[in-house]
Amino acid sequence: MTKKTSDKSLLPTISRRDYIKANAIAAAAAAAGIAVPASAANLVTDKSKTQLTWSKAACRFCGTGCSVMVGTKQGRVVATHGDVKSEVNRGLNCVKGYFLSKIMYGKDRLKTPLLRMSNGKYDKNGDFTPVSWTQAFDIMAEKWKAAIKEKGPESVGMFGSGQWTVWEGYAAVKLMKAGFRSNNIDPNARHCMASAVGGFMRTFGIDEPMGCYDDLEAADAFVLWGSNMAEMHPILWTRITDRRLSAPHVKVAVLSTFEHRCFDLADNGMVFTPQTDLAILNFIANYIIQNGHVNEDFVAKHTNFRRGNTDIGYGLRDEHPLQQKAKNADKAGGSQPMSFEDYAKFVSDYDVESVSKLSGVPEKQLIELAKLYADPKIKVMSLWTMGFNQHTRGVWANNLVYNIHLLTGKISEPGNSPFSLTGQPSACGTAREVGTFSHRLPADMVVTDPKHRAFAEDVWKLPEGTIPAKPGLHAVEQNRALKDGKLNAYWVQVNNNMQAAANMMEETLPGYRNPDNFIVVSDAYPTVTAQAADLILPTAMWVEKEGAYGNAERRTQFWHQLVDAPGEAKSDLWQLVEFSKRFTTEDVWSADVLEKNPAYKGKTLYEVLFKNGQVDKFPLSEASDQYANHENEAFGFYIQKGLFEEYATFGRGHGHDLAPFEVYHKERGLRWPVVDGKETRWRFKEGQDPYVEKGKDFQFYGKKDNRAVIFALPFEPAAESPDEEYDLWLSTGRVIEHWHSGSMTQRVPELYRAFPNAVAFMHPDDAAARGLKRGSEIRVISRRGEIRTRVETRGRNKPPKGLIFVPWFDASQLINKVTLDATDPISQQTDYKKCAVKIIEVV
Amino acid sequence: MLVALLCVGLGSIAVAGEPITTLRAGALESNSPAPAMAKPINSDIREIRNFPEQPPTIPHNIRGYQIDLNTNKCLSCHSRKAVGQSQAPMVSVTHFMDRDGQVLSAVTPRRYFCTQCHVPQHDIKPLVENEFIDADDLTNK
Repeated sequence: MTKKTSDKSLLPTISRRDYIKANAIAAAAAAAGIAVPASAANLVTDKSKTQLTWSKAACRFCGTGCSVMVGTKQGRVVATHGDVKSEVNRGLNCVKGYFLSKIMYGKDRLKTPLLRMSNGKYDKNGDFTPVSWTQAFDIMAEKWKAAIKEKGPESVGMFGSGQWTVWEGYAAVKLMKAGFRSNNIDPNARHCMASAVGGFMRTFGIDEPMGCYDDLEAADAFVLWGSNMAEMHPILWTRITDRRLSAPHVKVAVLSTFEHRCFDLADNGMVFTPQTDLAILNFIANYIIQNGHVNEDFVAKHTNFRRGNTDIGYGLRDEHPLQQKAKNADKAGGSQPMSFEDYAKFVSDYDVESVSKLSGVPEKQLIELAKLYADPKIKVMSLWTMGFNQHTRGVWANNLVYNIHLLTGKISEPGNSPFSLTGQPSACGTAREVGTFSHRLPADMVVTDPKHRAFAEDVWKLPEGTIPAKPGLHAVEQNRALKDGKLNAYWVQVNNNMQAAANMMEETLPGYRNPDNFIVVSDAYPTVTAQAADLILPTAMWVEKEGAYGNAERRTQFWHQLVDAPGEAKSDLWQLVEFSKRFTTEDVWSADVLEKNPAYKGKTLYEVLFKNGQVDKFPLSEASDQYANHENEAFGFYIQKGLFEEYATFGRGHGHDLAPFEVYHKERGLRWPVVDGKETRWRFKEGQDPYVEKGKDFQFYGKKDNRAVIFALPFEPAAESPDEEYDLWLSTGRVIEHWHSGSMTQRVPELYRAFPNAVAFMHPDDAAARGLKRGSEIRVISRRGEIRTRVETRGRNKPPKGLIFVPWFDASQLINKVTLDATDPISQQTDYKKCAVKIIEVV
Repeated sequence: MLVALLCVGLGSIAVAGEPITTLRAGALESNSPAPAMAKPINSDIREIRNFPEQPPTIPHNIRGYQIDLNTNKCLSCHSRKAVGQSQAPMVSVTHFMDRDGQVLSAVTPRRYFCTQCHVPQHDIKPLVENEFIDADDLTNK
């Protein structure tokens, strides 16, 4: 580390006066004009030495999508700060954002491909050995071809990320779905956003929020449903704090299964029993109806009602007793039309007495909460993240909060805004908009729809029938298929799923280490996922490549390559495109397809997918001459622009319009749809959204009948609840200092020293009852696995009795050995917030 | 390694070869003892910033500090008027600016929750060295 930390042995013994005296000699010399070397002067003023080059970039961390200014000098990032020109953060960053300058400089950056070898040959049980890129792609191509030949395209797969840049995700989808003809591609956004997507598609028929961050300055009330914004979306929290403290009429309500930092700003803080958020949501709908606050005109014109299927299971393996027992496990997303009257009757069971009893929230607080929605004069913004999404009824929770906003017509207007926050920097821009999910194509299209497949094949200039119609394996299924030996050649990019996926000991680790499988991990650092791999590819990160992210308010942001990656590290984009050169259509497409389309014979996937007359359309001369671009140098054309412009054709004219490529290098991002150069802040509202027809007022055009759906969905219990033996709820999550699995932030000394290790936050009475105190070492044990950690009874999180919270950033305490891989049966997103554990002291 | 395997009975999934991870010790299937909770640094000695805009870390313990709707304990020493008595560093001028860059007469509410940017440190050696180079050191190269 070159930064000199203060030498504590010296300072306390030298007083301020001594220090000045010691420096006086140098100062006197300088003052007398005695020549001293430039480095000895106490202020360098030569502009050539002090000037930094400043460029904009999107922050590497969360879905807020702050813009940052990055200062570079001599090919290195030397400073970063919040971008004053950005609407999102107006000059602010959180502590992680301020330390972006150091995330690329961990001493253990991977600089060369590493292959497990014994005696000079690949060996799954060998030691990691440096190899060339050629050798790396040789073995990869061999394994991919063998798997496809033996078992077909469904035996290869890819696990990507909401941290992929837009064009990387797009190139990956093309390579997998069109090149290898396998839909086995899913992003880690499945762990993060899938329930939000399911909620949007089910209620509105189109993904992503209708409102935007401008709502934060317009709302009179904020309701946090399972979102610790103070730590996970800190810059949006600064905007809520600003609004709450500078306008005294504004109210903040916070709901969670444990008390956290957001409660510090709460007028109404509510801790509820896990899973009972479903009942609270239905209670509010009931309260609105009972008290005559339904916006009847809005409801009559713009909504309809449906009764969703119930008893839908928990997304566990088919043989699991809970799956066997569930009546509608195979029809989880089904629903039937119903009347308003039947809906009103349905929610009438959720009265304040019974919901208060079920949830543990006092009646008075529930009513106070309901009034924020019921009172037509209060503009209310609902915000949620993982508390809703990581939930075995996550899609329901999303549907239920939309119900409340639709019943009152509090939607698509400044300040009236149900707002699904995103976790990752490009969960929206890449995972959702590009469609890197196993069932999706760009711009909300799906592989199951023949028209959508035909559209994609047309844009991609591919033979009819290239894209398979069957959805591929989603994240959790991929790990199960790896374990079962059905998925054999597997590539992980931009995420650390060994640490992130639930039930590591029963599913993830056995899957990666299954001798039938070849696992490739692209990463900048040696993560635990890399440790479990067979081949590791060293990867360029963040501003070491030209990039684009899309944040939670539909804002697309670009940045240039600002510095070079170390050693032989290459971007994910280069890796994907370069690997495509290793395959001809004969290797991966059926003879049948090639017989019908002889023009494709003998071509490489590189030629078919990337050198297709579209992606390679823009010459190098169109790229900036101010910045390097290694991918352009490698391929000989402006590949990021080619990929972006081809991708944008999916959404233009279809409600997902993106501006021309160049615009984004100038703007601090724009919110789609961008029509005639104008971004859209509130969708579905006449006068704001260009897609709403004149005279409609509101138009939910994602649905054919232009109506949003209000769903009748009940409370159903969690997949696993505490019992006599496993007597505590376990909730997992993050802390402000660390991003996800900590692979970047744990390498920044200031962030590491701020929160070095995971702990189990617990109620002091729960600790005392077990003879434990703060700092006691414990084993946190579930039916699936265990970790060793320490008890924390103070600090930022205050769980109620019966629940512990353990963050997952710590590679030395892998809490996902303990969690359960139960998922929402509609979204297939894992519930990381609820399982049953016991605690035993280590003696 | 062998001992760990026998303990958890998961020999079939053991990861062979030398571990390469730097943020954890031992095999993936093993559970090392949890390190003792690190001590908060309470020296009151200011750390050098990596670059001028970096929020300074907090060189003292903030256990029990209340920052909520009712009060902000940090400002009882670091506010403009408090520093005369406390001799603590005053919050910088940026903290008085609203979203539009206008200076207010008091600290802006958008900067109210200090720990979103300023974090205390613990007395613990980083697991991985960071090779960030200070701009000044580049100048002098």
